[in-house]
Amino acid sequence: MLIYILRRLTSALPTLFVVVTLSFFLIRLAPGGPFDLEQPLEAKVMENLNRIYKLDRPLTEQYWLYLSHLATGDFGPSFYARDFTVAELLARGLPVSITIGGLALLLALAIGIVLGTVAAFRQNQPADYSVMVFATFGITIPTFVVAPVLQIVFGLMLAWLPVGGWNNGHVRNLILPVITLALPQVAVVARMIRASMIEALRSNHIRTLRSQGLPRSTIAIHALRGAMLPVVSYMGPAAAALLTGSVVIETIFGLPGVGRYFVEGALNRDYTLVMGTVVMVAVFVLVFNLIVDILYALLDPRVRYDT
Amino acid sequence: MSEPILSFRDVAIRFRTNDGYVEAVKGSTIDIHPGEFVAIVGESGSGKSQSVMAAMGLLAQNGEVTGSIRYRGTEIIGLPAGDLNELRGHKLSMIFQEPMTSLDPLYKIGSQISATLRQHQRLSKDQARARALELLKLVRILQPEQRLDSYPHELSGGQRQRVMIAMALANDPDILIADEPTTALDVTIEAEILALIAELQQRLGMAVVLITHDLGIVRKYATSVYVMRTGEIVEHGDAKAIFAAPKHPYTQMLLAAEPEGRKAPPLPNAPIMIEAKDVRVTYRMKRGFFGRDSSSIKAVDGVSLTLKRGQTIGIVGESGSGKSTLGKAILKLAPAAGQITFEDRALLPLSRDEMRPLRKQMQVVFQDPFGSLSPRMTVGDIITEGLLVHEPGLGRRERDARAAQAFGEVQLDAAMRNRYPHEFSGGQRQRIAIARAMILKPHVVILDEPTSALDRTVQKAIVLLLKGFQDRYGLSYLFISHDLAVVRAMSDTVMVMKDGQVVEAGPADTIFDAPQHDYTRTLIAASRKG
Amino acid sequence: MSDVLAQPVPVGRSLWADARIRLFRNKAAVTSLFFLILMGVTAIAGPWFSPHQYERVYTEYVRVPASLTAYPKPEQIAPAVERIAARVRAQIETQQVVGGSVRVTLVSPRAIDERNLAFFGRSDLFQGANVVERADEGRKLVIDAPIRWRTFLFGTDGNGRDLFTRTLIAGRVSLAIGLLATGVALLIGVAYGATAGYLGGRIDTVMMRIVDILYALPFIFFVIMLVVFFGRNFILMFLAVGAIEWLDMARIVRGQTLSIKRQEYVQAAEALGVTSNGILRRHIIPNTLGPVVVYMTLLVPKVILLESFLSFLGLGVQEPMTSWGVLISDGARNIQNAEWLLFFPALFLVTTLFALNFLGDGLRDALDPKDR
Repeated sequence: MLIYILRRLTSALPTLFVVVTLSFFLIRLAPGGPFDLEQPLEAKVMENLNRIYKLDRPLTEQYWLYLSHLATGDFGPSFYARDFTVAELLARGLPVSITIGGLALLLALAIGIVLGTVAAFRQNQPADYSVMVFATFGITIPTFVVAPVLQIVFGLMLAWLPVGGWNNGHVRNLILPVITLALPQVAVVARMIRASMIEALRSNHIRTLRSQGLPRSTIAIHALRGAMLPVVSYMGPAAAALLTGSVVIETIFGLPGVGRYFVEGALNRDYTLVMGTVVMVAVFVLVFNLIVDILYALLDPRVRYDT
Repeated sequence: MSEPILSFRDVAIRFRTNDGYVEAVKGSTIDIHPGEFVAIVGESGSGKSQSVMAAMGLLAQNGEVTGSIRYRGTEIIGLPAGDLNELRGHKLSMIFQEPMTSLDPLYKIGSQISATLRQHQRLSKDQARARALELLKLVRILQPEQRLDSYPHELSGGQRQRVMIAMALANDPDILIADEPTTALDVTIEAEILALIAELQQRLGMAVVLITHDLGIVRKYATSVYVMRTGEIVEHGDAKAIFAAPKHPYTQMLLAAEPEGRKAPPLPNAPIMIEAKDVRVTYRMKRGFFGRDSSSIKAVDGVSLTLKRGQTIGIVGESGSGKSTLGKAILKLAPAAGQITFEDRALLPLSRDEMRPLRKQMQVVFQDPFGSLSPRMTVGDIITEGLLVHEPGLGRRERDARAAQAFGEVQLDAAMRNRYPHEFSGGQRQRIAIARAMILKPHVVILDEPTSALDRTVQKAIVLLLKGFQDRYGLSYLFISHDLAVVRAMSDTVMVMKDGQVVEAGPADTIFDAPQHDYTRTLIAASRKG
Repeated sequence: MSDVLAQPVPVGRSLWADARIRLFRNKAAVTSLFFLILMGVTAIAGPWFSPHQYERVYTEYVRVPASLTAYPKPEQIAPAVERIAARVRAQIETQQVVGGSVRVTLVSPRAIDERNLAFFGRSDLFQGANVVERADEGRKLVIDAPIRWRTFLFGTDGNGRDLFTRTLIAGRVSLAIGLLATGVALLIGVAYGATAGYLGGRIDTVMMRIVDILYALPFIFFVIMLVVFFGRNFILMFLAVGAIEWLDMARIVRGQTLSIKRQEYVQAAEALGVTSNGILRRHIIPNTLGPVVVYMTLLVPKVILLESFLSFLGLGVQEPMTSWGVLISDGARNIQNAEWLLFFPALFLVTTLFALNFLGDGLRDALDPKDR
């Protein structure tokens, strides 16, 4: 098993390499540089800045420099927020994003599985229709609509919860962002579970269990185990996306996570920040894909022996 | 005769579909007495499976049952779930047709058997495991201790069916219902499983209800027989009496459906159509999930054959013997090593384009009538697709004319040629598949289990059809099948394959009447069921 | 033989026809279909019939609430007249709404320059001004200013533009992006996936590796890059979105192709000698279309949402053109004091997405019935 993990990690390196390279050159293709966006600076100052940040060297040299730094874990200084290194920025933002994203993930799984199972057992009955309508709402209403509505209702009208802010991760500040973030995922999970449960309940091995007079609860557990498999596959990239921060949530609720770094970095031409974020996300995606594959193998003994 | 323990009175079953109600069973009356071995026979669509499904409360959601099904006086139809679950898996148990999918793939065998034991007998975990082991021994599973901790996909089809039987017997049922338990299994395994069921019945004194379409099995084991046709019971009674003197014409027809006739050997100076020398097909298995070594499977391991004009070589074997793969190799549909010549032309070195014109002379009919016709094309288009390739000069009207002609030759109504495959029955689809092959006027046709998915009565008609083509056009056939009765009727020469190799080969009469090899003997004995 | 050919040949009921019958039995799906057609027609034709231009700014009607009755409201008239009077440098002696116009008596220490009365015409509230009476050597004028009635069904936005028209125009953009991007994804994805799946082997491995790498690129980043690089060009927008979504489509089509490849009818075609091209065209692609069509109806909402998201980030369509995403993010910002700005575009967006989802579900059930 250990060898397998090592092998997967090493085979992920080429992908990571390609991603880094592509991103490096792509962002530099965009017109404008990191120092063009403020008030126009004197030529001499520009020259100095470019020299300090090595922007005057040929592109390929910059590239090699970046890679060598990267190999030692040095993401470089932020070109825009010049008092910080990218590593520092990421370190500050990650805990926030991971907390919110992680809680949203757990919530989504817990509620989604329950709803999906209920809908599957009561197929084509009112309970099923309500779950499906709710799920459709969940995936069609954009988060940047839900968020302000929740803010108004719970933050201003009822004044139960704070409208935004991180407040060092105080629980009351987490509730609204987590719910908003989890909502679409609850919907997706519920729909997936419902579909795969319905399929499982029709399968031959569930028929065998019925013929043996086993109670409904046992049958539900057996069916659920089989139904979880596609959800596990889906959650890999979804978890990576949730944990690396949502731009919308962080902007609307004013949370200092890493989600905004992408957009701000791209708009500000903050090359190193963008690269750092890209690498971080790619690593998350690869790690979570690995976790998902291992989980899948643990759940499904058939996968362990054939491809 | 004692009181029946399971009685059906006027049971009717129908299904709600998008096109209205479909009646599966139209008022059946069945009695099962203690210790009886009852067979319910019929062809596909007769309603035999649905009847017993209703008794177990396993009908699909859109099914409706009326009438009465009583187990020892308790009415099963409408019984609340809790009470039904008391009966199921305990007094009434069932095994199904598809052993490959009837066991839960995610749980170990031992825990699946224990589950039903603990449900009905309140055993502790250890007690249940011990009893599970006993049951595995009872059904003669090899290495029972290891098998307790195995997963279903590690067992073969026959072994899985034994596990199913073990689970069904776990709680000493009064009645064991077996719904086509051996249809998906090889003929030698089939014989073992049926013998096992019969032996256990004697030993444990339970009643057995066997659903099947195979009269050979019925003749060998059953004491009482019900014959069903399109939802009705047309005849029933003591097994021996029915076989000796069937009263209903349908029963008579079923009993007469054994394929008959023989095939004369080819003319001595007939030219050689196909010559295969030392054909090998090897498949490399992909690597295991955790990096286990890749292994290779020799599907065909050095097989040679010579097919002359007008000859039919029957290739028999069980699943995994490589017979189908051999057929595909000769057609160049599977990568092969060795030498294959067709009418003196070496096939293996040919490129895809070079091979194309030769394909006209060498056609194929596959096993699965459902899967071998493209679902979204009209059958007319399906039949004439070959003409698009080999006679591109033909216009649409000419192709249509050829299609109509081909339909006539396979005895189908040519007016149906604009319909789609799903609008035909299994036998009709197989005729269409044959028409597709014959329209190109080939010299050689490879028939890969062409009758195996069909009812016996339909099989007979197809066999006659194929023989007719052969006589009329001087065709040569490679007839691949596991069904020895059909092979005997069709072939003049027989090759027996096992594990990729030819175990015995010779004239059909010699093989069937005086088999030399042990395996051939086992095979023939197993297929002879009464 | 010829008489057989002369007989009318009954047409069979294809699987597509079967599916269509099943679909039309699904009330939710049929309703959704009609709704979508209605929405499409409204979005395309609506703006032509609306009395307002979508980019027309009414400086005096900034952020007015939605209303079924026409503007100006009675309480708006007096202040407007006062404003104009100030421009004209006159005092209002009397002011009265009579019928459909305002009768104003203006007085001023000096003669009133009647050219300034053009201010009435330039105002959004009035059509013009007619002098009814002159007195006092032009120091007192009685004006009759007919009111120009306008209806803002959905209210106006922060710039004073009619939200109703803008919502419909935005519908054109959002629906167009949805359909076009999905179309692009469809074409690329189906071709790519079917080829990779059918050819198999090394080619398949390489092609799917490329897909994996593109997958690992955080797509938000990629789209932002494209938009930043190419500017906010409408066409490039949906090219970018389509260029991301084809990945999923390719994966699905490849999976389908792999399982179709193993079907016996493909092998039979190979045995007939049909070329790869022919097999792909006649056998493989028609049989992948089922899941592809279903996925398409679920892809369109995804694309529209993605476009909204980009608009929220400020990277959407350029002003004055607008999309539902732009309108909604504007609305979200103004939710406290101008909630109609969020409500109406959100209503349109959500109902359209709903309809697409129901239609997609209905298609899935129709094309893949489990009760067969």
